[in-house]
Amino acid sequence: MKFLSLVIANLKRKKLRTVLTVLSAFIAFLLFGLLCALKEGLMGGVNIADADRLIVRHKVTLIQPLPESYETRIGRIPGVDAVAVQSWFGGIYQDPKNFFATIPVKPETFLDVYREFKVPEDQKQEWLRTRNGALVGPATMKRFGWKIGDTVPLTSPIWGQPKDQSAWEFKIVGSYEATKKGADTSTFYFRHDYFDEGKVERKGLIGWATVRVKNPDQAAAIAKAIDTEFENSPYETKAEPEGAFAASFAQQVGDIGTIVAGVVSAVFFTILLVAANTMSQAVRERTEEIGVLKAMGFTNGLVLVLVLMESCFIAMLGGLVGLGLAWMIASSDPIPTIIPTLNLPTRDVITGALIAVALGLIAGAVPAIQAMRLQIATALRRN
Amino acid sequence: MNWLSQIFAIVSFSLRSIPQRLGSAITAAVGIAGVVLVLTGVLAISEGIKKTLTATGAPDVAVVLRSGSDSEMNSGLTREETRLIADSPGIARIDRGPLASAELFVIIDLPKRSTNTPANVPLRGVGAASFDVRGNIEMVQGRRFESGKNEVIVGAGAARAFGGTDVGKSIKIGQNTWQVVGIFTAGGGIAESEIWTDAAVLQPAYNRGDTFQSVYAKLNSSGSFNQFKDALTTNPQLKTLVKPLSEFYADQSTQVTEFITTIGVFISVLMACGALFGALNTMYGAVSSRTREISTLRALGFGTLPVIISVLAESVVLALIGGAIGAAAAWFAFDGFQASTLNWATFSQITFAFAVTPQLLVQAIVWSAVLGLLGGLFPAIRAARLPIATALRDS
Repeated sequence: MKFLSLVIANLKRKKLRTVLTVLSAFIAFLLFGLLCALKEGLMGGVNIADADRLIVRHKVTLIQPLPESYETRIGRIPGVDAVAVQSWFGGIYQDPKNFFATIPVKPETFLDVYREFKVPEDQKQEWLRTRNGALVGPATMKRFGWKIGDTVPLTSPIWGQPKDQSAWEFKIVGSYEATKKGADTSTFYFRHDYFDEGKVERKGLIGWATVRVKNPDQAAAIAKAIDTEFENSPYETKAEPEGAFAASFAQQVGDIGTIVAGVVSAVFFTILLVAANTMSQAVRERTEEIGVLKAMGFTNGLVLVLVLMESCFIAMLGGLVGLGLAWMIASSDPIPTIIPTLNLPTRDVITGALIAVALGLIAGAVPAIQAMRLQIATALRRN
Repeated sequence: MNWLSQIFAIVSFSLRSIPQRLGSAITAAVGIAGVVLVLTGVLAISEGIKKTLTATGAPDVAVVLRSGSDSEMNSGLTREETRLIADSPGIARIDRGPLASAELFVIIDLPKRSTNTPANVPLRGVGAASFDVRGNIEMVQGRRFESGKNEVIVGAGAARAFGGTDVGKSIKIGQNTWQVVGIFTAGGGIAESEIWTDAAVLQPAYNRGDTFQSVYAKLNSSGSFNQFKDALTTNPQLKTLVKPLSEFYADQSTQVTEFITTIGVFISVLMACGALFGALNTMYGAVSSRTREISTLRALGFGTLPVIISVLAESVVLALIGGAIGAAAAWFAFDGFQASTLNWATFSQITFAFAVTPQLLVQAIVWSAVLGLLGGLFPAIRAARLPIATALRDS
């Protein structure tokens, strides 16, 4: 560590060049961080899915409804602990551009199956008492500046409005907290009975059911049992673990993983070239100095380490600042309509830091070895 | 004319000396090539989707939905309403009746051929007049479905992207089996991502009673749209909204293309900044390694402007070379590449081909020239400001 001042002094020789190289690394890692957050936003549902939850939907497609009576029938299947029915309301607040998910649920079963949502007891009781009560996620509350007690009107293009009314009126009775990192906290939940009553037609239907099983190891077997129960009926089901359900959506958007990996590789390759170029220029300029250091007694190994430290310093400085900025941008949820909650996973931050170190080492490798191998006499003679 | 020949002399001199700085030159060029490649690739997706959605073929077709719906899935029309719509003025008629097709739009699950994972595929129930209404449906394999039978025809894009859609195969959906009897094209339009069948057979299969979701109508001339629209909106028995087909498609594409374009441009702007830093690095390096040469030239009497221009020229030439390589690579790698993605507006897949259009290529070259100029500007100014005597003394 006593040589740190030497390394930094070397970096300060050509400040502009060092700054530009650090900035290149900064951009590369900012991009890496943001793309990782984007990928997580599109595919993250897979990772936070619970192993003990199944999604049961209409076998043909998610947009086909199921009869409400399926709730009790699924509940009777051995191994099933709780059933939470949900539907897609498709509510619009003032303008379709303000999109957020609106889902009618049955309060007790919903909170029982989705244990990661914490609701204060008094708010839960208020929800049970208020027919048109709604539990709104903190992300959406913040977005529109709503407070508990506010009345919010929503229109539904899918289901139409209640008879003689121009919109559905909801009273915000509470909010929920997600105890899982990266969980979506933008959804607007309200009561299924208010939904079914207000609908003009197609009553007695639900969209899909989330099932909690007693034993996660039995999840696949119970899914099969559920499908067998409704086989050959007018409403056949497809039950699958929550993770598989989330994955199928991500896969529909496209092979996000490959695209992100492709772009990131191109970016890192470029920045590797830039850093390597800088380092080799820097070493070439200092041939005489390195000769002097060696003549003074610095070993070959030490010279190698000094050069590598220099390139690693550049890569890590740019890398950590870039990752930090990416993390801050992701946490501020810049695109709520497309991806409600953006989150840069810690795992990707650590990967990024490791890549920064590796980048520094690879970029500095060739110049460092050249510096190590310099013959003192030749170096001192060079003009 | 003196300074013109000065410029020419210095520029050709510095360009010919690039091979001495090959490492830095390649770095700058590759950086710019990378930016151009990514930007062009991502914009080609957006262009490809737009192309699919705007290739309607017929400029005189209108779509009618229930008022308040933003897509066919949210809309609902009774048979009575569809009859009233079909009888409205402005619609073209043949002896069989008005050219109006009442249609149903649902989604089915089919595996994607590329990943073998399930995807939402649009299944459309159409009326007998639909082929005449759209005007550009051509069977490239097999035949049309027969009304009243469980037969489907598959759009060319859907047939390419999703498994189980070859002619002769059967698709089992719920409790019904449908026979694939043909594959059709629709002028490259969005219908090619869909599977079509007779609406009358689809309704009972999906418990839709006697309801439809949309009416596609061929107008008797492109000018009759307003007449048609007014007739529908003033009819007290109907609560509908009417759009020209091209506008309807354009609205559906906005969400998906905006998403891709925003992300693509954002990534490319960041990469461009990175490439800019790389180019600046290279050019500063070029100027500093040629300090003595530049000072000698200036001592000899070459003006400041020629020196500046020579540095800029070098930077722009490197950038253009990088940009050309990136554009060519994008064209070879991406143009025509078939893909499919989720269209959020219809919650189903849309198949498209990457379209590396001439405009995109021109845009790429322009971007690289701009990057080259920016990358060379400050180094050029520094080169012009070098104090001659001290620079000549530099070792």
